[in-house]
Amino acid sequence: MLPQIVIVGFVALYIFMLAAFTGYEVIARVPAILHTPLMSGSNFVHGIVVVGAVYALLNATGVPEQVIGFIGVLLGAANVAGGYVVTERMLEMFKPSQKKA
Amino acid sequence: MDWIIDICDLVAAFLFIYGLKQMSSPVTARRGIVLAGYGMLAAVLVSFLYTFGVETSARPFLSVNLTLTGIALVLGLGWAWWKGRTVPITAMPQMVALFNGMGGGAAGAIAAVEFFGGHGRDPITLTVTMLGAMIGSVSLSGSLIAWAKLDGRMRKPWRMQGQRFLNGIVFLALVGLGTYIVVVTGGAIGGAVFFVVALALGVMVTVPIGGADMPVVIALYNALTGLAVALDGFVLQNPALMIAGMVVGSAGTLLTLLMAKAMNRSLSNVLFSNFGDVNLEQQGEIKGRLKPVEAEDAAITMRYAGKVIVVPGYGLAAAQAQQKLYEFVKVLQAAGVEVKFGIHPVAGRMPGHMDVLLAEAGVPYDLLFELGEINDEFKTADVALVIGANDVVNPAARTNKTSPIYGMPILNVDQAHQIYVVKRGQGRGYAGVENELFYADNCNMVYGDAQAVLSKMVQAVKDLAPSETPTQVAA
Repeated sequence: MLPQIVIVGFVALYIFMLAAFTGYEVIARVPAILHTPLMSGSNFVHGIVVVGAVYALLNATGVPEQVIGFIGVLLGAANVAGGYVVTERMLEMFKPSQKKA
Repeated sequence: MDWIIDICDLVAAFLFIYGLKQMSSPVTARRGIVLAGYGMLAAVLVSFLYTFGVETSARPFLSVNLTLTGIALVLGLGWAWWKGRTVPITAMPQMVALFNGMGGGAAGAIAAVEFFGGHGRDPITLTVTMLGAMIGSVSLSGSLIAWAKLDGRMRKPWRMQGQRFLNGIVFLALVGLGTYIVVVTGGAIGGAVFFVVALALGVMVTVPIGGADMPVVIALYNALTGLAVALDGFVLQNPALMIAGMVVGSAGTLLTLLMAKAMNRSLSNVLFSNFGDVNLEQQGEIKGRLKPVEAEDAAITMRYAGKVIVVPGYGLAAAQAQQKLYEFVKVLQAAGVEVKFGIHPVAGRMPGHMDVLLAEAGVPYDLLFELGEINDEFKTADVALVIGANDVVNPAARTNKTSPIYGMPILNVDQAHQIYVVKRGQGRGYAGVENELFYADNCNMVYGDAQAVLSKMVQAVKDLAPSETPTQVAA
């Protein structure tokens, strides 16, 4: 059972607030040339949703829950893998000028 | 077992934030995504440890659930990995839309399992669940429409009278239904209706928005998916989901606003007005005439210039001519010409898309300059070479208050000594506006497919007296 640490009310709001500021600050200084990879990169990061979907599916107690949970894990996994591959492919291409020998 | 999950989730949350931070510079960006990837790998692997802590009611289902989890993971990861590897870079924006929609769908699915499974019935948890369900579902269906539009599967925006009013009613009905479910009853039928209406709302909101505005819309849905994930994180009491989701939620919101600003549109303008309905008859006569020149002549002028600034637009990518362009740039550089690229924030299909396309062709990122960095340099440039770009170099954005693009930041190409515009034909840009730059005294048009024009240019410079390029072997 996960809820060992219980995050209630205001603690949740503090986490949300600090995370929101963090996201804002991290992005604020990004140069425009990286906007597309960055959008794709943040798209990858919310792929963490697959972990929640796995939890939900493992705790399913009936066919409807299993079906929805299965779809959740499937979509979440695609979000993770697709987000990673696409971002990595784009960033790999950014190379500086080679120094002339 | 729980402490292993907790530690891995903590490390993952750290790596996500640190990785995103590293992605803010082209030097470290690659390392950033790889680090975030390790965090994700750890979090996904330890999620199987949930097996040991499932609720007693779920124990009889555990073997089936585990099998289903394995199958779903393998299918989802495998399909998306293959898809992500094979998609061409020009199609990147719709891929981001598609993967984002799937994330939204997963968030919606978690909320659905929690709701229909009857977990967490206290009002706060139920409210957060319904919010996550709504946002996730809207993000799923909206992103799919955005994907279809960018992929060319849905060409025309569908609009009708009173659409905004109808969307408003549907939204209010959704909020009303959600409130009813939380306050009065958690009935399964009401919940099912709730999900269907939320999905419909995503479609209805996205359908009337034109293709040119889709990047902003995707950025917004990206932020919304992040928010839905954060809310699910609260419902599941999982801090990693809460933090990662909220970081993406706020970063995505900022990115959305930056993009909208670069396109000179406010967000509400993108979402609620119908762009592209400009009355073209209102535009005044433009003085001057179009002056076509041969590609070879333009190339030779650039060969003897001191400094050339290249301004690429989506037309370049549409013609698949990035490689040829870089070949031409290298030929110029070999002849001692200083070459820089001036990249408009919205060049390509998505802000920053052009930089990725040029990087794919091998152009080093230190030749790529943003609008703010390059704009003062046009005055000192001998030649500005505009390829497949139109609205982003239209001086009307500075001068003509009646123009629909008035106020949009543009590249000051018109200040260069000589301008060459490579263009397929005499058509207009996305905004549907006539470009007075093309009629300026110091501007010449080079008509033709970008690929063919650049081939001619490369050849023209190479064909110059071989004595001037001694290292080159005569063809």
